[in-house]
Amino acid sequence: MVRYWGGKLVSVIISLFVLATATFFLMKAIPGDPFTSEKAVPPEVKAKLMAFYGLDKPIWEQYLIYLKKLIHLDLGTSMKSQYQTVSSIITDSFGYSLRLGIFAIIVSVIVGVGLGVVAAMYHRKAIDGIAMVIAVLGVSIPNFVLASMTQYLFGYKLQWFQVAGLNGPFDYVLPVLALAALPIAYIARLTRSTMLEVLNAEYIKTAKAKGLKRSVTIVRHALRNGILPVVTYVGPMTANILTGSVVVERIFGIPGLGKYFVDSVSNRDYTLIMGITLFYAVILMLARLLTDLLYGLVDPRIGLRSRKGASS
Amino acid sequence: MDTILRVNDLHVSFRARGGEVQAVRGVNFEVKKGEAVAIVGESGSGKSVTAQSIMRLLPSPPSFVKQGSIEFMGRNLVDATEAEMEAIRGKEIGMIFQDPMTSLNPTMTIGHQITEGLIKHQGMNRSEARERALELLRLVGIPNPEARFGQYPHNFSGGMRQRAMIAIALSCNPALLIADEPTTALDVTIQAQIMQLMKDLQQKFGTSIILITHDLGVVADMCDKVIVMYGGQVVETGTKWDIFAKPQHPYTRGLLRSMPRLDLPKGEPLVPIDGTPPDLLAPPVGCAFCARCEHAMEVCLNHDPELVPVGENGQTAKCWLHHPLAKEVQA
Repeated sequence: MVRYWGGKLVSVIISLFVLATATFFLMKAIPGDPFTSEKAVPPEVKAKLMAFYGLDKPIWEQYLIYLKKLIHLDLGTSMKSQYQTVSSIITDSFGYSLRLGIFAIIVSVIVGVGLGVVAAMYHRKAIDGIAMVIAVLGVSIPNFVLASMTQYLFGYKLQWFQVAGLNGPFDYVLPVLALAALPIAYIARLTRSTMLEVLNAEYIKTAKAKGLKRSVTIVRHALRNGILPVVTYVGPMTANILTGSVVVERIFGIPGLGKYFVDSVSNRDYTLIMGITLFYAVILMLARLLTDLLYGLVDPRIGLRSRKGASS
Repeated sequence: MDTILRVNDLHVSFRARGGEVQAVRGVNFEVKKGEAVAIVGESGSGKSVTAQSIMRLLPSPPSFVKQGSIEFMGRNLVDATEAEMEAIRGKEIGMIFQDPMTSLNPTMTIGHQITEGLIKHQGMNRSEARERALELLRLVGIPNPEARFGQYPHNFSGGMRQRAMIAIALSCNPALLIADEPTTALDVTIQAQIMQLMKDLQQKFGTSIILITHDLGVVADMCDKVIVMYGGQVVETGTKWDIFAKPQHPYTRGLLRSMPRLDLPKGEPLVPIDGTPPDLLAPPVGCAFCARCEHAMEVCLNHDPELVPVGENGQTAKCWLHHPLAKEVQA
């Protein structure tokens, strides 16, 4: 167990280091600097600013300084809004993204698994067809199209929901829908195909031969085996929803982390780009670990120490 | 002895792309209380379909009972409702499947899989069911049941899993146990143990057993009565002594000759049955075995023989050779 977590920790640190390095140099390759967009900055003022942020030093020196600060968990201050540290921007805005993301994940899993199970139970019937059409639409419509369409239809035309902002619980509906559409579709297809396989398994016949009701058989015996691949998808899904929220937050004017991320790139706000990128990376790695843990919980054959091979 | 199961003229078919696959075509047999009956035949002979029809485990569609009845303790299972079947499955009829590697749920503990039926049918609470499950595990020869109770199927070997399956099937003291090739997927040494266990338990509880197998060797030790199936029909029935000593149908004789025996002289070659089983999408008009039969006559091609009594102990065979006009055949 200690070895398992130790190994995980080392790999997380190495990944973060590689990511920080790559992002740093790629970011520096963008033409311009944090102060190019501002009009009429006198050259001497700009030189002072550059010196203040250490941007006049050679790139490798800037890189080493950044790494040194990073080791002390200091992400620096934003170069655009001088009064805010990168950490405070992240803590202030991540709450919105987190809530949005968690709702989207919950909705995706419940609706996706539900659709998949129903489709498998009524294989080749009308319900199956409808569920799969929804799934194809969900996979093929990009979230920004879905976001703007629903915003126009339900927000502007029908006025059921607010067009933008996050003030009440109902304001979550449209952004969550936009974020969850793709994972719902993906999970529905995954669940359907594994459930079809599982429902033909011998142990389902055994369960039936015990005299269990069909509903009990499905919930107790089939579902747990049928959602195994969905558990594997939790990691990539978190990535999808996080990266999706960058665009969706922008469209719905939600002051979440995604919005700051987009802004930071167009402003070349170096410290903020680095900070948010690394933060996203940590979240994704946590999602990975969570997937491993969940997998062990759902499937008893997979233990965290399975490499030792207690039994085959 | 009371008859607990009577299968009358059972026809089961499957709807398939090319038409109707007639998997079972007019099967008759009965099982008495405490009796062990073997249904023997090669793959595709309809033996498994017959067994699963009794439990109504076949998915419908594509399968359907075309004709006939299955009377189990006075009820016709063919028209029973799904709720009635749920009350019979696991409680009155237990079933053991072929492959213990796949017939247990991999994500559920063995204990939970045994107690499930007890809680449903016997109205036990969790701790009563646990006690009974431990007792069952002990009964089927699983050592250290307390530890095994909470383990998963992947912690069990093949033989142990089949023992656990037997515990599940017998948990509610069913009147009838259907074992569908229970030893086919096991090692030979384990096969003998499992058969011995089933025999012991049958004698202990007086359960009736239908043993489905393609292995005549498995039959000899355990069953009183043997039903030989071919092409979806019963071709011969009799006590195991009669079937082994004086088989009356050419197919049964072929089966016995293709089986290795210790009492035959060394170097005697095994004789396989040439040819392939009939196409059940378009079954032959005459005798189903006709195309592979060494004694086939003209009548066999166009007229299906009846199952007629032969010998003294209620042995029957479905063959024209037993017609008074047929020539005498040396077995």
